[in-house]
Amino acid sequence: MTSTLGQHAVTTAPGTSQAAPPRRRARKSGFQSPSINLFYVPALAILAVFSIYPVISGISLSVTNWDGYSPDRSFVGISNYLRLGTDPIFRMVFTNTLIYGIGSTIIQQVLGLGLALALNRRFRGRSVARAIIYLPVLVSPVIMGTMYYLLFQYNFGALNTVITGLGGEPVAWFANANYAVIIVVLVNSLQFVGISMIIYLAGLQTIPAELTEAAALDGAGSWRLFRHITLPLLQPAFATSVVLNLIGGLKLFDVIRVLTGGGPGYSTNSVSTYLSIVYFGEQNAGYASAMGVVLFLLIAVCTLGLNKLLDRGRVDL
Amino acid sequence: MNKQPLSATLRTALILGLALMAFMQLLPFWLAVSTASKPPTDLSSVLIPRFHDIAWSNFEQAIEYGNILVAIRNTALVTVIATVLVCVLGGMAAYPLARRLSLFNRFTATLILSLIMIPPLSTIVPLYTLLSNLGAINTYWGQIAVSVAGGLPLSVFLYTAFMRSVPTALDEAAQIDGANVAQVFFRIIFPLLKPVTATVAILTGVGVWNDYALSNYILTDPDKRMIAPAVAGFFAQQSSNLGAGAAASLMAVVPILVAYLMLQKMFMSGMVAGAVK
Repeated sequence: MTSTLGQHAVTTAPGTSQAAPPRRRARKSGFQSPSINLFYVPALAILAVFSIYPVISGISLSVTNWDGYSPDRSFVGISNYLRLGTDPIFRMVFTNTLIYGIGSTIIQQVLGLGLALALNRRFRGRSVARAIIYLPVLVSPVIMGTMYYLLFQYNFGALNTVITGLGGEPVAWFANANYAVIIVVLVNSLQFVGISMIIYLAGLQTIPAELTEAAALDGAGSWRLFRHITLPLLQPAFATSVVLNLIGGLKLFDVIRVLTGGGPGYSTNSVSTYLSIVYFGEQNAGYASAMGVVLFLLIAVCTLGLNKLLDRGRVDL
Repeated sequence: MNKQPLSATLRTALILGLALMAFMQLLPFWLAVSTASKPPTDLSSVLIPRFHDIAWSNFEQAIEYGNILVAIRNTALVTVIATVLVCVLGGMAAYPLARRLSLFNRFTATLILSLIMIPPLSTIVPLYTLLSNLGAINTYWGQIAVSVAGGLPLSVFLYTAFMRSVPTALDEAAQIDGANVAQVFFRIIFPLLKPVTATVAILTGVGVWNDYALSNYILTDPDKRMIAPAVAGFFAQQSSNLGAGAAASLMAVVPILVAYLMLQKMFMSGMVAGAVK
């Protein structure tokens, strides 16, 4: 409780608030009254009804055999979850989901950081380049998927037009499961690389020029500047970008629907798209709900784990 | 801003890399323009658009059968209202979460953050059931409520992250000058976060405008449909007519592009407003 006393000393005696140690103490104890919490009541009310309640309701549906429309359903315990472990299609789409999430995240960090470093320099056309890289973020994945279909389709597709023009045989890109999965990862990564770029650019702008100038004066070269000043100070941007990209990749839905339709067979489905097939196609709402719970848990575990991991390496100015 | 000169090799690599990325990002749009410019009978290479004789019939079909203009109006209505709510309510919610780090508030922040992770489809069954019970299917407010709930977690997350970088000295000074908590927030803190608000507005606006997974089930009436389901539905109806589909896609992209170009200046004008410095 000594910190509370210290806080009073700060707030009642303005003269002392310039001193660094008391201010740090004041921040720790929190200088506002609990009534400030009223500020999050409207947001929490909306989230409680339209986000949190459906999650809980979904969990309770996942232990039933509900078909999605009839009034009766019976409790079936964890049998839906047990079935997930033995369903070969689910195991495949689960693996695909991991590939989409991790693959997209890696590609987007490498490209996003590279682009941010390149576009943080002053040169003519910089803002145009930024706008072009960011452009696809604005477009619905449904529409982006359709446009990329024009690139990869077998007949009249742009890529095959080039290949046959060079004397090669046209490739059925979407008939090969491996190609199709890679194409989905690439399309998703390129579409949203602008988000990573913007986050890294924002991070770069928080690095004070005096810091890099001072280090340069002290004789640090480009690489050492990057390694020991830029990179550690980009840690918060890195954490934000990785977490957002991973979540985006793991819940991939729209682009798969348009680009491959989940095919060939089930081989490019993610958990999200397979879930929709099970629910809308096979009227198995209970089983689909169990998939939803597992998908949510997967994303939750990855994200919270990452947050903990990434927070440890954080450097504050 | 790094002012150090680059070596010639690095410079060339950088320019080539940027050019390649820009090319990759523009290619799909080029192909869509090309496809939309040709009548279905034109089987020439998709790489070369037909600018000398654009097939406007593709656009006419998109408007007539795809109901694209009505869908754009509906989407604009939902997007504007939802985005304003997400910015204001998200910013407000972030204030106590950034400033009052009590155990309960840290729990609340984690709870809200965890909602980012909910994949829209994982809760579609209970959500649809809830909306039917509330009579919210085929109503704009139903779609707006769901969109706000979808956008709020990221909004709160971003506002909280950046609000923590605004020195508490500002709050202290304003309080000493006699401002209450609401005045401190709306007059001092929220205006300082304009760059974050621009970011949140763009991310939310884009998310709501492009929503497909949820709006496809909530607004099913052809007169109330939003743009992404309208374009997707158009493809389902006219699966052989890629030209009209590409035209519909391009028309769906234009409004949000205009909005982005208007907001872009604010977007990068600095994520952290250092008022004290």
